[in-house]
Amino acid sequence: MTVKKILLVLILTSTQVMAQPPRAVRPMRSPAYPDRPPADPATVERGKALYGVQCNFCHGSDARGGEGGPNLLRSELVLNDQKGELILPVVQNGRGEMPKLNLSAAQVSDIAEFIHSFRVGGYDVSRMTPLSIVVGDAQAGGAVFKTKCASCHSVMGDLKGIASKITDPKILQNTFLMPGGGFSRGRGGVNVPPTTVTVTLASGQKAEGRLVRIDDFMVTLDDAEAGQRTFRRDGDSPKVEIHDPLKPHRDLLPGYTDKEIHDLTSYLVTVK
Amino acid sequence: MMKIEKSLLAAICILPRLVFGQALDPALLTKPLGESWPTYSGDYSGKRYSSLKQIDQSNVKNLTLAWVSKVTPGAGAAGGGGRFGGGASAVIIGGEGTADMGGGGFGGASSVRASILEVNGILYFSMPDNAWAADARDGHELWHYFWKTKGGTHIGNRGLGMWGNWLYMETPDDFLVCLDAKTGKERWHKEIANFNQQYFSTMAPIVVGNHILIGTGNDLDEPGYVQARDPETGDVQWTFYTVPVKKGDAGLDTWGSLDGAKHGAGNVWIPGSYDPETHLYIFGTGNPSPAYTNPPSRAGDNLYTCSIVAVNVDTGKMAWYYQVNPHDTHDWDSTETPVLVDGEFNGRPRKMALHADRNGYFFTLDRLTGEHLVTGKFSEAANWVKELNANGQPIRSLEKDSTVAGSLVSPNNEGATNWPPPSYSPDTGLFYVPSNEAYAMYYLTETDPRGAMGLGGKEEDGLGTMGGYLTAIDYKTGKVAWRHRYPGTGGGLGNGILTTAGKLLFAGDLGGNLVAYDSANGKILWHTHLGRVTNAPETYLLDGHQYILVAAGDTLYAFTLY
Ligand code: HEC
Ligand code: HEC
Repeated sequence: MTVKKILLVLILTSTQVMAQPPRAVRPMRSPAYPDRPPADPATVERGKALYGVQCNFCHGSDARGGEGGPNLLRSELVLNDQKGELILPVVQNGRGEMPKLNLSAAQVSDIAEFIHSFRVGGYDVSRMTPLSIVVGDAQAGGAVFKTKCASCHSVMGDLKGIASKITDPKILQNTFLMPGGGFSRGRGGVNVPPTTVTVTLASGQKAEGRLVRIDDFMVTLDDAEAGQRTFRRDGDSPKVEIHDPLKPHRDLLPGYTDKEIHDLTSYLVTVK
Repeated sequence: MMKIEKSLLAAICILPRLVFGQALDPALLTKPLGESWPTYSGDYSGKRYSSLKQIDQSNVKNLTLAWVSKVTPGAGAAGGGGRFGGGASAVIIGGEGTADMGGGGFGGASSVRASILEVNGILYFSMPDNAWAADARDGHELWHYFWKTKGGTHIGNRGLGMWGNWLYMETPDDFLVCLDAKTGKERWHKEIANFNQQYFSTMAPIVVGNHILIGTGNDLDEPGYVQARDPETGDVQWTFYTVPVKKGDAGLDTWGSLDGAKHGAGNVWIPGSYDPETHLYIFGTGNPSPAYTNPPSRAGDNLYTCSIVAVNVDTGKMAWYYQVNPHDTHDWDSTETPVLVDGEFNGRPRKMALHADRNGYFFTLDRLTGEHLVTGKFSEAANWVKELNANGQPIRSLEKDSTVAGSLVSPNNEGATNWPPPSYSPDTGLFYVPSNEAYAMYYLTETDPRGAMGLGGKEEDGLGTMGGYLTAIDYKTGKVAWRHRYPGTGGGLGNGILTTAGKLLFAGDLGGNLVAYDSANGKILWHTHLGRVTNAPETYLLDGHQYILVAAGDTLYAFTLY
């Protein structure tokens, strides 16, 4: 996960109305481990050819493991190896189930350069396979829509053409689960109306506006005319009512089965 | 001059503790938490409950700012730090690398997210690559040590350990650095993990007798371990791997293969607790790897990942374990510090270990045997469990693993709680933990049957949260006794908790306030708006005055009564 992405997830999971400082989520890979300097392409090519013949079957074409041979990328020995000096004895002497192979030091050095040319890390965009998430039953999804959504939405009305507006099914799925949510993939172009708040003072006076921040002690709202106003809170006084336009969607979250979600997505992608 | 110096020297030799008082008296470590804060959790129990009660429910409303002190990480800090606390000290520079990560990296890299030690009127604290000493009376900086790094994940540093006159710090590029507490000068540094294998080290070293207990982090697939090191030399005394690393190792039958097991992670990156009676060091282990994918090499429960493990500090041998998350598939490390509590259970006294897990479940264990006593669910939203088995372990629903079409799961990866320290108050019998009710879609993005590596193979799209809470749990039932929701439409996780014999609970909220609550019911009694709070509040007594200490990014705040 990139830092940017973590931040996005963080922003989303913390409230939109409070600036929660980025907290240390579980350590993710950062670009902190320097990649090896790029090797001479001709060497890597030679190494690749030799690897393909000698090692590929057992260790896999991407060195992540194959028929019987372990993943070499995360191997301590390979990670400590610089130019084949640690790999050489394994190849020349064999080890456990691995037979010894008749290769010269120069050849193993070339093979090492090839193995070291792979990026070593967990999160690797190049390995992400773009697979269709549209696996549900569209007809069943239509029925779910009737029971869970139709009280507020209509595919002939406000959601007309939603699949043309949001063409990526994953974004569409994230969007109906939480409009404006899941936005590590983009917001799907939806404009979610802001959360607003009504503050009723002891005098009966009311202030209303977009909710900027709230905690147990203060509430700040942005009123189009008066600008930002902050009110001190003392328990229940003044009265504070938050209007969260996404409450219906939040309330739906605990009730979904994954099948309903996938069916709904398969249905909504047809609403072009 | 000469003469005075000489007699001073003599005095230092005869009465080291009384005259300059730098050294940590080991007896302090086994006493209940009070005047000082000599180790990560204050004392060995992990309770973060202080016996101090000068500040109590009746006078907490008069709590006043005693001092503020800001530090500047990095080599260039000389003369620039100590904006409030007085002149900064010269920076002492160490390290084998070349980089000055100063304020770079994650939020944690330039924030005090750590426990702060208070010993004999001096505070010792850290950020990744940086250690400081400051006067606990006014916060002014006494010295600043800076480590030039080779790299490594700079996500945070959880604090320093202390043994006599020496301090110990882990660095992101995997060294244990020993500093002279008086001067900040380096005595030695030792490599504790292999940087080539992408280990990074954040843990606060824990000092028990003549053992320095350490652990590291890793987001590739490398095995986790706890190690004991000699306090004088830094040499290895023993190593306990949290996963099987060779044929014949216990737990190997809970993995698909030896290669899977020894690349199975289970890293220990948060300190455990220590029971002086049984000599058991009790800690939580991290997630199995690859974290989100299920290659055949990972088939089984994956011991001893996501477990509470008790190891004898003298031998490094495991006494018992309890796995709180068999075959985890959501990167929910169980490193949250276990809290050691003596109390009543089913009508008889019991010695217990309490643990609230990132996976949304709370556990009470017998800490002598590891016997399971209670499982409770403290997160309402958590939806990944099919059933609790006979031993109280949550067994996952397979359909809540990451899937290509997406699985709606709570908790999100950050967890229902996380490493920020919980607390337990014997006054109330309640266990306190910051919690969050977040949902995320977990999409599988690598369908390679060999699995991904490390944290690869999934995309997580956050969907928001049903709320962030301060949660109080009854350890006898595992049920939530009360919880306080932080106002707003969202949520998040708070930063750790302190309770005191003044019947108070101190914690940062999500709005940047330091808040004092009635520990019995969560009623708010005092607060101050600092803008942010980044560690768990602490307390100490100096010159007859109790202080409350908290970090907010690069700034420390201390409060007291006048
Ligand atoms: C017939 C299958 C086979 C072939 C061909 C093979 N290996 Fe291996 N290799 C293995 C097995 C099995 C192991 C694990 C041996 C053990 O430790 O028990 C292994 C281990 C290794 C290791 C040590 C990994 C570690 O972490 O200890 C290296 C390095 C290695 N092989 C490199 C190579 C290279 C380079 C080639 C090609 C020149 C090659 N292997 C060809 C099966 C094979
Ligand atoms: C109780 C009312 C309510 C229910 C039930 C409801 N929604 Fe919504 N939905 C809203 C509101 C309010 C918004 C935000 C305002 C808006 O964008 O229209 C919204 C926004 C959306 C959007 C974003 C539309 C856009 O272009 O901005 C989608 C898509 C959506 N909902 C789909 C669904 C689906 C699918 C369901 C059923 C699973 C559902 N909603 C159930 C009230 C509801």
